[in-house]
Amino acid sequence: MSGFDETLLGEADETVRVRFVVNGRKVACEVAPRETLVDCLREKLELTGTHAGCEMGACGACLIQLDGRAVHSCLIFAVQADGARIDTIEGLSESGVIADLQAEFHRRNALQCGFCTPGMLVNAEELLSLVAQPSREQIRDALSGNYCRCTGYEAIIDAIYAVAKARSGGVTT
Amino acid sequence: MKARAFSYFRAATIDQALDAHARAGDDARFIAGGQSLVPALSLRLQAPRLLIDITHIDELRGVRREGGYLRIGALTRHCEMLTEASIAESAPLLHVAAPFVAHPAIRNRGTIGGSVALADPASEFPAMTLALDAEIEIVGPSGRRRVKADDFFIDLFETALQPGELIAAIHVPLFRADQRFAFDELARRRGDYALVGCGIMATCQGSRIEDIRISFFSVGNTPTRVKGAERALIGARLDVERIAAAQRALECDLAPPEGDEVPPAMRLHLARVLLGRLLGRLGEGA
Repeated sequence: MSGFDETLLGEADETVRVRFVVNGRKVACEVAPRETLVDCLREKLELTGTHAGCEMGACGACLIQLDGRAVHSCLIFAVQADGARIDTIEGLSESGVIADLQAEFHRRNALQCGFCTPGMLVNAEELLSLVAQPSREQIRDALSGNYCRCTGYEAIIDAIYAVAKARSGGVTT
Repeated sequence: MKARAFSYFRAATIDQALDAHARAGDDARFIAGGQSLVPALSLRLQAPRLLIDITHIDELRGVRREGGYLRIGALTRHCEMLTEASIAESAPLLHVAAPFVAHPAIRNRGTIGGSVALADPASEFPAMTLALDAEIEIVGPSGRRRVKADDFFIDLFETALQPGELIAAIHVPLFRADQRFAFDELARRRGDYALVGCGIMATCQGSRIEDIRISFFSVGNTPTRVKGAERALIGARLDVERIAAAQRALECDLAPPEGDEVPPAMRLHLARVLLGRLLGRLGEGA
């Protein structure tokens, strides 16, 4: 009835098998329980578009979609995500759902070194899925957990604002 | 910046979770959203040998009205405070506080039970359980009990939770038509920890305050009710003199710690400013 097997306690270093649906494909891999999802994605699955920055949930570079919601992949162990649907920047790029955001970031130089960009895009996509036409203030607020050390944010906010307008059928400026 | 090795167990029921904790000799931690626990593990501030994942326990989910209270399951995520209609309606103080909790992606994972169990003195929700006169439903090896928020927060990161116990739900008295509330915080950046934050729940008869609960966070080792300020307001109308009296009372109610990056006098000043603003807003709602 308990479901808990005490031998587990002696096996802290042993890997366990986890399964996800990553970017629409079923994958299985062996992970140690202490391995974070961002490390698993980057090292086991070689999806290096997700960036490991602060590794404590402050910088937002590691954002991915977990069951459709933006989360920090550094703040979840891979074992916790067993059975989940995961979409990374690679999947979002290939499917074309954020093509307009990417084009607008490019057009407005909303990146320089690009380290923060995957997280920015995941966050922007979630914002626009929840709020069709956010104000600049709302965009700024939504990005409060994403650090960019190059651009000063203005171009990023411009890009997201423009895409929101375009998606709502407005004219981009 | 990597956690020490641990074993992982995903519990399907509360009994499984409690049993696993007991058999690990209490060298175990429950993990829900993990938005504070994972960094603590990565920084090796904590290094349990077993992590018990409680996020798949259905009994800890769901929001429903029950005997004059809104029962908010421990696994209710911060983002659900913004979208769940019954919370907006029956526990609006939590609804208005939620956007101030960290950042959107953190709110997608973090849970109310985890936030209250951690009892970070700078967190919004623990302090709001005090303002709301909420009760914490706890399950553990010795059964199930309910503890009033007033008796739950003991000291820095110390609560009434005993080893091996976990929070099942938060019970919030249903919001009534004769009540008013206000919430705000002062922070250097949006999403950053508050320099000072405050939530107020008042019961009014016309413009007279029948009862009021004022709870501050980021002012000391625990979320803190300011009972002197509350006493200065109960039975009175919210006029300029009363608000000033409540602000003066904070001097005795609060003792912000020394040796912090924010000097105690500054924190106290900010608390006075914030209380003045919130009581002003509460009065305008008259």
